[in-house]
Amino acid sequence: MPLDNLVFWVVAPIAIGSAVAMLVMRNVVHSALFLVLNFGCIAVLFLLLDAPFLFAVQIIVYAGAIMVLFLFVIMLLGVDREESLVERLKGQRVVGITLGVGIALEVILAIRAGIGFAATAPANFDQVANRGGNAEALSRVLFRDYFFPFEVTSILLIVAAIAVVVLASRQRRSITRAQAARAEAEEAAA
Amino acid sequence: MRTPISYFLVVSAMLFSIGTIGVLVRKNALVIFMSIELQLNAVNLSLVSFSRMHNDLNGQVLAFFSMVVAAAEVVVGLAIIVTVYRRRQSASVDDATVLRG
Repeated sequence: MPLDNLVFWVVAPIAIGSAVAMLVMRNVVHSALFLVLNFGCIAVLFLLLDAPFLFAVQIIVYAGAIMVLFLFVIMLLGVDREESLVERLKGQRVVGITLGVGIALEVILAIRAGIGFAATAPANFDQVANRGGNAEALSRVLFRDYFFPFEVTSILLIVAAIAVVVLASRQRRSITRAQAARAEAEEAAA
Repeated sequence: MRTPISYFLVVSAMLFSIGTIGVLVRKNALVIFMSIELQLNAVNLSLVSFSRMHNDLNGQVLAFFSMVVAAAEVVVGLAIIVTVYRRRQSASVDDATVLRG
């Protein structure tokens, strides 16, 4: 069994298992930690697909920045309580799982009809697409063909940062107003 | 590389549908958001697989851009969840049936 095949068969079940575990864990912190594991497995799959740059970006951005943000918010809100299992909509869980499995089967059938299960990738990826190394080839494509979209993403990130600051600051003002009202009410009661 | 490219696509499809089930079934807004992240990752995986299959780096560039957009989306989404939580003291989507402030 070639090495990459072995790595695939070790990593892919872990990826799917950790995704399922993320789904069924009732504690949010455990869900987040299983999601970190899942992102790490996807990063290894990127490595198998000859995308080492995206492997690094996946670890840094997803497993690093995004999940730290998630855990930070979980700890900040203190929502690591377990959620209730009461169904507001009757049968929601059964219908949801059925639809999800249906999507999986549909896409897998589409893969079978489209490229077949035995389709292998071309062997000369390192010579053609990844010529000169993945990071160098990727930057060649990025800065030649996608330069304008790349610059637009900087605007997107700035807008997101400003939006968060606006959301947070407006929220603090309303909280203090609510606290002031509550304090006044308590004073009046006393 | 001997692993057929369709295996990666099948893994991606399964991860995507697990994310879909998470969005449909779970009640906690944070878990729903994490499921959406899982779906984005599954799509990234299939983009990179197709990039490998077609011997073309455009798929990897698209996956890179989708990571950038996902980072921005997470920041804004978490800020919204924090705001809703501060108002209602709950992260359950059942309690946020009315989006009035």
